[in-house]
Amino acid sequence: MGHPQLAKKFVANNERMKWHDKAIWFVRKKRDLAVHGLDEWEDLREIAKQIKTHTINKLDFYLEEFEKNAQQKGLHVHWAKDAEEHNEIVLKLLLNRGAKKLVKSKSMLTEECHLNPYLEKNGIKVIDTDLGERIVQLRNEPPSHIVLPAIHLKKEDVGKTFEKFLKTQKGNCDPTYLTRAARNHLRKKFLNADAALTGVNFGIAQTGGIVVCTNEGNADLGVSLAKLHIASMGIEKIIPRLEDLSIFTRLLARSATGQAITSYTSHFHAPIEHGEMHIIIVDNGRSNILQNEDFKQSLHCIRCGACINTCPVYRRSGGHSYGYTIPGPIGSTLGASKDLKANKTLPFACTLCASCSNVCPVKIDLHNQLYKHRQNVVKRGLLGTKKYAILKVATWVMKHPSLFDFSGKMARLIVPKLPRNILYSKVNIWGKKRELPKFPQKSFKELYKQREEKK
Amino acid sequence: MKIGLFIPCFMNELYPEASMATLKVLENLGLHVEYPTKQTCCGQPMANTGCAHEAGELAHRFLKIFKNYDYVVAPSGSCVAMVRENYAQFLDGEDGFEHLKTHTYELVEFLHDVVKPIRMNSKFPYKVGIHNSCHGHRELGMASMSERNLPAFSKIEKILSLVDDIEFVTLKRNDECCGFGGTFCVSEDAISVAMGIDRVNDHLNAGAKIITGIDMSCLMHMQGIIDRDKLPIKTMHIAQILAGES
Amino acid sequence: MTSRESILNNIKKNIPSSTIELPQTNIAHAIYKDKNEKFKTSLASVGGNAVWLEDGNIDEFVRKNYSNLEIIVSTCKEITCTNRDANKPNTPHALENVDLAIIEAEFGVAENGAVWVKNSNNRHRALYFLATQLLIIVNKNNIVDTMHEAYERIEFNQAGYGTFISGPSKTADIEQSLVIGAHGPTSACVLFV
Repeated sequence: MGHPQLAKKFVANNERMKWHDKAIWFVRKKRDLAVHGLDEWEDLREIAKQIKTHTINKLDFYLEEFEKNAQQKGLHVHWAKDAEEHNEIVLKLLLNRGAKKLVKSKSMLTEECHLNPYLEKNGIKVIDTDLGERIVQLRNEPPSHIVLPAIHLKKEDVGKTFEKFLKTQKGNCDPTYLTRAARNHLRKKFLNADAALTGVNFGIAQTGGIVVCTNEGNADLGVSLAKLHIASMGIEKIIPRLEDLSIFTRLLARSATGQAITSYTSHFHAPIEHGEMHIIIVDNGRSNILQNEDFKQSLHCIRCGACINTCPVYRRSGGHSYGYTIPGPIGSTLGASKDLKANKTLPFACTLCASCSNVCPVKIDLHNQLYKHRQNVVKRGLLGTKKYAILKVATWVMKHPSLFDFSGKMARLIVPKLPRNILYSKVNIWGKKRELPKFPQKSFKELYKQREEKK
Repeated sequence: MKIGLFIPCFMNELYPEASMATLKVLENLGLHVEYPTKQTCCGQPMANTGCAHEAGELAHRFLKIFKNYDYVVAPSGSCVAMVRENYAQFLDGEDGFEHLKTHTYELVEFLHDVVKPIRMNSKFPYKVGIHNSCHGHRELGMASMSERNLPAFSKIEKILSLVDDIEFVTLKRNDECCGFGGTFCVSEDAISVAMGIDRVNDHLNAGAKIITGIDMSCLMHMQGIIDRDKLPIKTMHIAQILAGES
Repeated sequence: MTSRESILNNIKKNIPSSTIELPQTNIAHAIYKDKNEKFKTSLASVGGNAVWLEDGNIDEFVRKNYSNLEIIVSTCKEITCTNRDANKPNTPHALENVDLAIIEAEFGVAENGAVWVKNSNNRHRALYFLATQLLIIVNKNNIVDTMHEAYERIEFNQAGYGTFISGPSKTADIEQSLVIGAHGPTSACVLFV
């Protein structure tokens, strides 16, 4: 099913759709408040864009620099060209150390690689420790948002889930109560874990370390207890200098949730005592995006989720309607770049309102990318023959002004005379919930010509 | 100054009054305006659906028809954005394109940036909600965007303020999309309608009697919802207010 | 060809031969008239609190404000009111039941209420996250305006770990309701001395 069909389902529950829209708009408003209080906001965005542009164009250099400096600090670096290889590296690291229990903090990359099912299949117990991710993991659902994984759920839904899995009180859906229950449940998992996996927000080429940002402290807690720290990092996460973080840390949390900074912004340049730290650098299709000038900027993304929160389509269709690991504008362009055929409806799940491009802290031209993906959908013959035929005929008409005038005249003559049940039959998609405009007797051109003749 | 009037195809067929009002507004200011009758469509519906080849053909046609005017003015932010932002792909390097690109204006923008009138000779004693259509808003820069941290301004409000007795309402979401989105309005009709309902309600709750804007397509979409749901509000193209119609 | 080579080769093949210059990061930024006040409000907004200790007597402060706690540990030598040595256990798991951890931070950041913690005296970084409450000691002269100045004070020439901590741990993953105390400390106080 494509986005329109899944979106329709989401919209069908009007009350919930409205609630979802409001909940996420609230996050967007918090972001506005933080941003409008900072005079240098637009400068920060511009500098961030320049850093990313510079880095992506020298990505090979910075990745090697990162590797060299990380190794000098005693960290292990692995390279995975695709999801499969990434998963194999993780499994091997775990098995070689006899690790059976893995705690994970948020990592969209491991979602993209479908790491959890792979590890589970191979006998590893995987626990997602971010509260939102744990909730969706228990429910066997993918996250519906990259920053707020369980934003599609109401507290009653969470209450029921915890009742079943964590044996919380029946009917108690107080967020503080449920969070405490999760804290107690996960504390045990942290203490018993053999290994911990984190994502990476930034990889610093200059110092060979990584930065992970969380509010819950789950990434830090996991890796400061378990002896094995595995960090999965997409190749685009590299920044050249430590000082670049002064720009990105100021942009990231404000864009994501309206906070000035996340509770924890942790810089890892060493494992814990007697521990090991492994960084897996993952490509999985990213280096192919580099060759395309139109879509290259999508690799600048710092995964703040601001474009998702601002997207009027996302807020009303929910993250699961996209059918791709990352929803919303950034997910639609990444998904289309990765597999256009599978994600052919995503570039069209957008009104081209351009709010995303302007909210983006690194100034990715998101709406233009979606516009351009649409051309590739047509080029590859994926638009659908009916749709294409209609536009082809329309173009033909538009190339012949007399034909255009004639069809307009006919429409204005016939449409007003049609009985309602025919005019508003099934084929009139516009008319399902909207009236058609009242057709006038004369076109502007006719009125204009009349007027000119009278002169 | 020779002005070519560019009337979006669907406005020509469905909204002759708003189109005529556009002509009137310009003529009332003493401007010489010509409407080239061979014009049809700028190609935006094709381009927004990814049909680049088809859009390109119509872009070439458009250039031929309009390249000899000093200015091209249209009552639509969206169609003007097509010319200014998206024609380059098809017309870059073509004779006359640079001029066309830099001299094609949306009506209100043209008044604000070029004509700079000090009065409008019109009266509109109603509470009005301004719909900031996305392409005009974010591509043409008709007003400051809520996403950005830049000084606040609105060319639309400034020009409408020249109309006597007009009152503006304050919206909760000043620049959210109405969900029209070109072919989006039918390919994603469920979301499109949901967005439209929210937009109309924002204006209603703010006490507006009239929703106005620079894009008839957005207004047509919202009017379709208003008519179906029989809501006590109506839409009106900004040209009609500026021309003194009520 | 190894995966490393194949990734790097594919990147080399796909990127242009030149790029734009790396920009300066130290742009004109917010300067706060009263850094202390800004730090305090920033920290309060994320559920933490800041206190300026006039007499510098931390022991006294702890006795007064954390009287009912059982296990108190500290990474600061000057503090005597502790009852366990945080560095003594050989595994971090032993710190599981710490009620209060008194730690040191190098400086605070006014714009966001964060403090920079990179303490080589501390053996187990898990302490910052396992303790139920956190008391962070900072020299009262060490507050910077923004992250620009903050990163001027940070280096990672050697291996190590450092973190900006801004308030207690928190989450809003259930219906956007802010809950203080997710996996880490449920309270965080920054004490300027």
